[in-house]
Amino acid sequence: MSEATTIRVRLNGKERDVDSDHTVRSLLESLDLQPSLVVVELNREILARESYGETLIRDGDTIELVHFVGGG
Amino acid sequence: MTQTVVHKAGTLDMPLTIGGRSFTSRLIVGTGKYATNEVMVDAIRASGAEMVTVAVRRVDLDRTKEEGILHHLSPDEFFLLANTAGCYNAEDAIRYARLARAAGFNEWIKLEVIGDQATLLPDVHATLEAAKTLTDEGFKVMAYTNDDLITALRLEDAGCVAVMPLASPIGSGLGVVNPYFIREIKRRLEVPVIVDAGVGTASDACITMEQGVDGVLMNTALAAADDPVRMAHAMRHAIVAGRMAYLAGRMPSREIAVPSSPVQGMLD
Repeated sequence: MSEATTIRVRLNGKERDVDSDHTVRSLLESLDLQPSLVVVELNREILARESYGETLIRDGDTIELVHFVGGG
Repeated sequence: MTQTVVHKAGTLDMPLTIGGRSFTSRLIVGTGKYATNEVMVDAIRASGAEMVTVAVRRVDLDRTKEEGILHHLSPDEFFLLANTAGCYNAEDAIRYARLARAAGFNEWIKLEVIGDQATLLPDVHATLEAAKTLTDEGFKVMAYTNDDLITALRLEDAGCVAVMPLASPIGSGLGVVNPYFIREIKRRLEVPVIVDAGVGTASDACITMEQGVDGVLMNTALAAADDPVRMAHAMRHAIVAGRMAYLAGRMPSREIAVPSSPVQGMLD
């Protein structure tokens, strides 16, 4: 395994350093989030759940993780 | 006026059909602003509502606040209607609607584009613009709007499956401020008319249903009641009472007394 370096992404509005070898799926896992309950928007494009495992996080990515909350 | 008056228990009314889907309850409730998730779930169950609204927001990665609502509310038990609350232009509302659909439950959206922070009144131009785009993309759009007939007609033309004029401003609890316009919208539209926002207590809900509309959507009236679960029971009855009174057809009101007992047969 190659040694992971960190990259900087904008995650839910905050700059954040994450390991460079993260896929979207592994990022969600590291945040303790269930992929089935989260919608991912990567650089303003909605990402299909099927591609979470193969989509690598890249330096400078803007990621939005959203879900349903109470509302009227 | 559609009247189905079959005097057998359980068949006094037709189901509410929106976008090809039928609901027994004519009450739709929100899930926001409850003191606890337990009270929310109990209140929603007590209300008898089958369709519940939810909002789309960022996951709180610091976990200082509540988890997502689906940890508390099962999508198998309730039909989820995601909203675009908090959006102030068509582009944002469309973005939120697409995110909501990507959650994978359904293609329904409660479209809400706000035009003014103080009153939370809708931006009807932006609402109409977003409605056109979303219906083209296959969404089933239930559009929150003001009590303006022309906008309601345009939203119907745009393909919305329901049009949802307000009773009064969101969270105000003022009840139906303009029953005439609500009735006029209901008379002129073919799609269901759901009154959304402004209902404060059971009598408001009842009066709203007496205007002949197809249903009522409320949130704060339950969530901000001292006892949300009891208010939910009250609202369930009020919606049914108002609906039945409408279908029954009220007696004429007149400002004179008319005796209920025979005037003949009195003793000398």
